Amino acid sequence: MPSGKTLTVAIMDPPYESANSTTALRVVQAALNQGHNVTVFAYEGAVNLTMKEQKPHANSVKGTTLEEEQHPTTKDWIAALFKLAQEKGAKLDWINCGLCVDERGAGNWIEGPRRGSPADFLAASQVSQSTLVIPTK
Amino acid sequence: MAKYLFIESRDPFDSSDAVSFTELVQGVAARGNETVLFLMQNGVLPARKGSKHSDRISQLLKSKIKVLADDFAVKERAIGKLVEGVETANMDQFVKLLMESGTKAIWH
Repeated sequence: MPSGKTLTVAIMDPPYESANSTTALRVVQAALNQGHNVTVFAYEGAVNLTMKEQKPHANSVKGTTLEEEQHPTTKDWIAALFKLAQEKGAKLDWINCGLCVDERGAGNWIEGPRRGSPADFLAASQVSQSTLVIPTK
Repeated sequence: MAKYLFIESRDPFDSSDAVSFTELVQGVAARGNETVLFLMQNGVLPARKGSKHSDRISQLLKSKIKVLADDFAVKERAIGKLVEGVETANMDQFVKLLMESGTKAIWH
């Protein structure tokens, strides 16, 4: 059941670099499960989290095939979070920093995120019940 | 009196500023603020019973600071016993703390 409350989360780490990415997505998942709306502001390398061209791979060290490896991609996890939001009647507003996207050529992303700027982060934090900034190390 | 939710994701073995962060947490609590320290990721390592840095965690507990450790991070790191007084908590509990009215969250 929607709570009517909103959590804003800012993340900066690129995918596959830091445990921060996984933790941030776990926080978003738990918040959506509780019916909260969530605004994510993806800054710097975090704009790569939603890139559509991400592909899973096999693991030659373990000798596993692509199918056996079931390598997770952040774009699939985030697509699942959009689906979860819909199921819970909550809103996931995922904002990719436009300048960061342009710098990285990371404009082709999955369905759901939108382009924005740090001004959107400020506006979101002003209307949210809570804001969590997860800085890069 | 304000409510603070501090999140420690780093460990003192890797990041010496983790010690400074515990000093900050202690200082905020000493001013009479309701203070919770939530250990995430490698931040759970000093909460392992017998860890070289476990005394820092014990000091925080003595200062009436609630110390919680992410159960996922604890399991990932095969930590069997935590410093007495440290409780495990899941992400649902974390979000509930985060969404409590007036809570200020500070991530390290």
